[in-house]
Amino acid sequence: MAYGPSGLTVLETEVPTFGVSAFDSRPLFPSERWQECHPHEGLAPQICSTSEYATWTDIWITNHILQAVIAAILVIGFWLIVSHKPQVVPSKRQWIGEYVYTMIRNGVAREIIGDNYHKYVPWLVAMFTFIIVNNLFGSFFLFMFPTFSKVGFVWGFAIITWILYNAVGIKKWGFFPYVKKMIVPHGVPGPILILVTPLEFLSNFIIRPITLALRLFANLFAGHLLVMIFVVGGTYLLTQIKDNIIYNVAGGFSLLISFGIFALELLVAYLQAYIFVVLTAQYVSSAQEEAH
Amino acid sequence: MTLLEIAGNLNVIGYGLGAIGPGIGVGLVFASVIQGTARQPEAKGALMSTAWIGFAVVEALALFGIALAFAIN
Repeated sequence: MAYGPSGLTVLETEVPTFGVSAFDSRPLFPSERWQECHPHEGLAPQICSTSEYATWTDIWITNHILQAVIAAILVIGFWLIVSHKPQVVPSKRQWIGEYVYTMIRNGVAREIIGDNYHKYVPWLVAMFTFIIVNNLFGSFFLFMFPTFSKVGFVWGFAIITWILYNAVGIKKWGFFPYVKKMIVPHGVPGPILILVTPLEFLSNFIIRPITLALRLFANLFAGHLLVMIFVVGGTYLLTQIKDNIIYNVAGGFSLLISFGIFALELLVAYLQAYIFVVLTAQYVSSAQEEAH
Repeated sequence: MTLLEIAGNLNVIGYGLGAIGPGIGVGLVFASVIQGTARQPEAKGALMSTAWIGFAVVEALALFGIALAFAIN
């Protein structure tokens, strides 16, 4: 496992294909040039730079994009199935859908946004299910990679939230009153405003989307890296070392620990999806509430 | 071959140090929520929504840490 040019290198092995990093995206339809640049299956390119080897299909049509598309199809399919022919006395199928929907509607939208929360519920529910499905891919066979541990996906999501809460604020208050409301806190005396206004501007318009994105990314990235260290390192110590029993025992132990870390990852998958939705609701609420 | 060699750079240690403060901060935020909820259970909703803001603000520092650990060479 060797990640990044200056990043983490856990095992320097003589077998370059051992423990191939799942962080490297692989094109679904590799061009010939790409194959020439990747003599070892799955490893980061050793012999060409990105601009040299990649055609647009190599960059855009990859296994990680495919994962996100599959997640979208799963989420759409799930909601179509559970909302099909609703009845007054719900079937089990309908009950599951209502359970998830009610959790977000009552626990997040109504609690945080308050008045006039109805129109945001579909977006919050869709976002929650999409993020949690993508996160669970990290502990799910076939995939074993949480999509959002690639930072690009997360920027996209954070930008949507940013556009949403600013659009809500601008629509309700008008452009300049909204900006004034966000960057000039009520009841702060004149000279202090010189200090506070730039800080509020940074905090409300720039730091918010960045931290929203990085929180989701960093949690899943770190979690996946942790799993990889324990599983790949443990397997290596257990199976590749022939003459040292202590290394073998340590490797077996770390494989056992990795199950615990998988359990932790399940918790993190839920928690991060929930926090993302809660903060989105929080930002929408702060954009539309009265100044006080 | 060096077994179990960890080659990295100092940024990671910097991030480790930078995570101490936010760690304590997030702990304090949720400790207070638990205390408040124990004293007045019906206030849980109001406490939680304020706590999420506090959590987001405190954790922002840790997130700057991880961003800069990657960004600075």
